[in-house]
Amino acid sequence: MGIKVLFFGSVTDITIVSELSREDCADTDTLEKELLKQFPALANKKYFLALNQQVIHENCPLKQGDIVALMPPFSGG
Amino acid sequence: MPDFKRYIRQLILPGFGADAQRKLAEAKVLIVGMGGLGCPALQYLAGAGIGSIGIMDADEVSLSNLHRQVLFDEFDIGQLKVSVAARKITKLNSGIQLIEFPFQLNKENAFAIIEQFDCVVDATDNFSAKYLINDTCVLLKKAWVYGAVSGYEGQVAVMNNIHIPDPVHYRHLFPQQPLRNEFASCEETGVIGVLPGIIGTMQAAEVIKWITGLGKLQNGLLLNYHFLSGSWYEIALTPNPETPVIDESFFNKMNYNMECANEEEEMEDIDITEIDVRQLLKIQEEPGHFILDVRELHEYPSLDFVHARIPMSVLKESLDQLPQQPVYIICHQGIRSVYAAQYIKLHKGVETFSVKGGLTAYFNAVDHE
Repeated sequence: MGIKVLFFGSVTDITIVSELSREDCADTDTLEKELLKQFPALANKKYFLALNQQVIHENCPLKQGDIVALMPPFSGG
Repeated sequence: MPDFKRYIRQLILPGFGADAQRKLAEAKVLIVGMGGLGCPALQYLAGAGIGSIGIMDADEVSLSNLHRQVLFDEFDIGQLKVSVAARKITKLNSGIQLIEFPFQLNKENAFAIIEQFDCVVDATDNFSAKYLINDTCVLLKKAWVYGAVSGYEGQVAVMNNIHIPDPVHYRHLFPQQPLRNEFASCEETGVIGVLPGIIGTMQAAEVIKWITGLGKLQNGLLLNYHFLSGSWYEIALTPNPETPVIDESFFNKMNYNMECANEEEEMEDIDITEIDVRQLLKIQEEPGHFILDVRELHEYPSLDFVHARIPMSVLKESLDQLPQQPVYIICHQGIRSVYAAQYIKLHKGVETFSVKGGLTAYFNAVDHE
């Protein structure tokens, strides 16, 4: 089942794909580190993390089936 | 009591009734921005019978607005958006009051204007305005309905919903205003007309719910719509305890026009040369030139001359791919290329040039030859 990662808005300029999955990951900090390794440009990108459709403000443990979203700010109108 | 016949179709809805209609008639709503989001929001709020609507925009109608701002027509080109909007909306509903603000919201006027309204619709297209609306609304304890689009996605959320304790606001999500050039604007990346139409209409829906008390009261729910997949993704928002307190001294210190990190302040001083398309065409004929396209990979059209491509989003990590020689930089409109030119000059120490007007100017010039 793994962990699903969703990318939104201009984050997909960097990731190109809008989602990917990870076999296994202990927590959101570790996941972010792995994503940064895969997509170094994320380091300069502003975004917030949501775990299972709820915004998170600190490191959270992950379990199989969790969905993590990376949401950047939007400004167009 | 407002006109019964006009509003009969919403009055007879279960849970709506005369009470909800009266609340709408007594409400005062400010719409900041009369563009892709603001036009549909205004049309539906006026139709629903909001008693008093403020409309704010400094711009005039232009041809490239018409694919998404369908309130306007070809005869309106060159006229002030707020004047045209007021004229047309008065024909739609003469029973409501429209207040025109034909200028931009700024730090000096924000308090006096927003104070007159119950809530604000953010129909702006830039971060400066969004942060200014957020902070002013937090200070004045007003709710505001956020709306924005990015590529094929759009989103909407009620911010600072003062009907509930400890409401979420924009700085809980993004405490600091992004740098001016960190994100490309619609003007640069394009937008499909119907998308801000959907989001602006959703904003009007949230305003109606907020005023009448209909439906569920959420402490911040971000709705993200994806045009291509036709799906909505919901994210529940919660206050971030680390967000700075927004008080008067915070507001006074803030520079909304370009609240910058040190780096951008440093960049402001970097002088780069802007060249026009004529000069670019000349440079193409010289041997050994290096032209760099900084648009994102999904941006079209592709260039018909020799060039390198490093998207803005990965520029900072890709400096070693650049040769130690003058770089001529181009993007869609000539906005991001100025920032890229400053950044490369600062960190790479080479001369940089930005093509004025970008590819838009280039293709115009080439078409005319």
